Amino acid sequence: MTAAAASAGTGSSGLATALRGALRKNAWNIGLLGLLAGLLLFAKLVQPTYGPISIQGLGTSVMPLTIAAVAQTIVVIAGGIDFSIGSMMALTSVVAATAMYKQPESVSYAVVIGVLALGLLLGAVNGFLVVTTKVPDIVVTLAMSFVWAGFALIVRPAPGGGAAPWLMNLAVGPFLIEWIPQATVASLIVIAAVWIPLRRSRLGLSFYAVGSNRLAAFRSGVNVGRTKWASYVFGGLFAALGGLALTASTGIGTPVPGPYTLEAVAAVVLGGVSLAGGRGGIVGPIIAVVVLQLVRTDMTFMSIDTNLAIVAQGVILIGVVMVGSLLEIRRAAR
Amino acid sequence: MTAATGRPRWQSAAGWRAMFREQPLVPLTGILVVLILVTELVDPGIVTVEWAGVIMKTAVPLAILAGCQTLAMLTGGIDLSVGAVASMTGFVTATFVHSPGGWVEGIAISLVAAALAGLVTGVGVGVFRVQPLIMTLGISFVVLGLANVWQLQNVQTGSGVPLELRTLGSGALFEIFPYSLVVFVPVAALLLVGLKRTGYGRLLYAIGDNPVAARLSGARSWQVIIVLYTISAVLAGIAGLLLSGYANTASVSLADSSVLPSIASVVIGGTSIMGGRGGYTGSIVGALILTVLAALLIVMGLPEPSRQIVFGVIIVVMAAAYTRVTSEG
Repeated sequence: MTAAAASAGTGSSGLATALRGALRKNAWNIGLLGLLAGLLLFAKLVQPTYGPISIQGLGTSVMPLTIAAVAQTIVVIAGGIDFSIGSMMALTSVVAATAMYKQPESVSYAVVIGVLALGLLLGAVNGFLVVTTKVPDIVVTLAMSFVWAGFALIVRPAPGGGAAPWLMNLAVGPFLIEWIPQATVASLIVIAAVWIPLRRSRLGLSFYAVGSNRLAAFRSGVNVGRTKWASYVFGGLFAALGGLALTASTGIGTPVPGPYTLEAVAAVVLGGVSLAGGRGGIVGPIIAVVVLQLVRTDMTFMSIDTNLAIVAQGVILIGVVMVGSLLEIRRAAR
Repeated sequence: MTAATGRPRWQSAAGWRAMFREQPLVPLTGILVVLILVTELVDPGIVTVEWAGVIMKTAVPLAILAGCQTLAMLTGGIDLSVGAVASMTGFVTATFVHSPGGWVEGIAISLVAAALAGLVTGVGVGVFRVQPLIMTLGISFVVLGLANVWQLQNVQTGSGVPLELRTLGSGALFEIFPYSLVVFVPVAALLLVGLKRTGYGRLLYAIGDNPVAARLSGARSWQVIIVLYTISAVLAGIAGLLLSGYANTASVSLADSSVLPSIASVVIGGTSIMGGRGGYTGSIVGALILTVLAALLIVMGLPEPSRQIVFGVIIVVMAAAYTRVTSEG
């Protein structure tokens, strides 16, 4: 039936077909956006004072996880999975907070560059181990999560340190108009600055190729090992950005990893990225992070125990994936 | 077999490889012995019968969790919910000490809850074909959240690890034989015999090795998977009870730090994460190796952060060495 409609569309106008194609291609993201709008509307209904300030707070609170989700997405697209993202964020965050503490602004810029380089290095180590040892990604990165968290504890045994004022200002307040959180603009610019060129490059294409079919990618001349390694390097870079976001939004560095690793996996899956690799983009996971946070907000407004918000996250994760998987099974059966 | 273990075997690298591939227990036991020797070298006189008892006592909960992981991995899955489920049972049982039913009621209720969680996981993985990683991750969110809610509701009544669990988890006969072996030996026997000698065990291998072939030969894989994750959750629950007795604490995050070691034990023990290959014996030795290693790092006087680092590095190195030795060519 849909096929018939599509062919009819080609007859009448190319624009309609293109539009329909774009809709179908982005159906998942559009659905997520609808869910997001619904949750925002619900928040406004339950809590009439929900306004610009709350939106700005939302922007600040989702910043670290948004970036962590992008880190995970890149690795997952290339067919891997990184369970050390939370630990890398903790390590880069304490390094940043320790090095910036009571330093002039000029030093803090150098620290940011240094921390990003550290992230690249951590990712490079992860990727190197995954590629050369041939041990399953999940085992290597889980073990490395211990290693990076251990280094974080050595750098700073207890939470503390400080962030440069300009960095902290990035994470709070509005941008141009009061409805746009500065944190969101900052994270989106940073993500886009890396992702858009990457996505259009040969390397970005190889991520998808390797993730969807290693053998086919290999036979088409893609260096599978190097591509996979590169995906972990970019994962490390974004983990470092996430660590900086943590320092920026909290003002300190905390050596104990937050729940970011597992929540990033949840966001990636909710965002329509297949854990099998090779499919999806970064837009879905980013929206999914906001959705997960809004579920928590809405439940708080309804004065429901926030612990049930974790339950809700789990149920949403399972439910969405089950529906997706059922659709897949039905499609395969047809 | 005996003929093949003759002279030429140890003269070629390929012979060594083949031996390790067929007899993974030999190198594993070797590593264990070396670790014990190093412990004795670092702190002469420490390796005694009592020390062995303490090691066994510490290793039992991990070995049971490794059992959960072995079952899941044989079918190509993984169970990330063991940490949440194990913490939950220990914690829920502790909240029942002052109730009329006492700890027996607590254990019964918590194990039923664990079984339910496992059943839901099994339905998700087996019927809806959700990837085990996502399904168990989602379930662990649900279990953790519900345990937290339970905690808030029972804050007034107070809680404590029941004396019986403490004895079972940390006591030992003649200060040597841990009482937890009373639980572990039957569990291990069940798993070992179940995997090797029963049709169900063979189905697990078959599904992990080639799901399509298993289905075409008439295996109802969804039933096998549901049973698998239910067993896994109950085992995780039992491990959680022992762990809370061993640590004499009950918290909703008690067993979280055991998830990586449980996976690592199985991988080091020679079970393929891709499914279809391996067994529980290796996982038990893997759990012992990790326990001895952790104890050794403490004996060496390393502070906690450095211990974490060394532990992580050694897991990668051992898993890498194992993968290298056993892979073809």
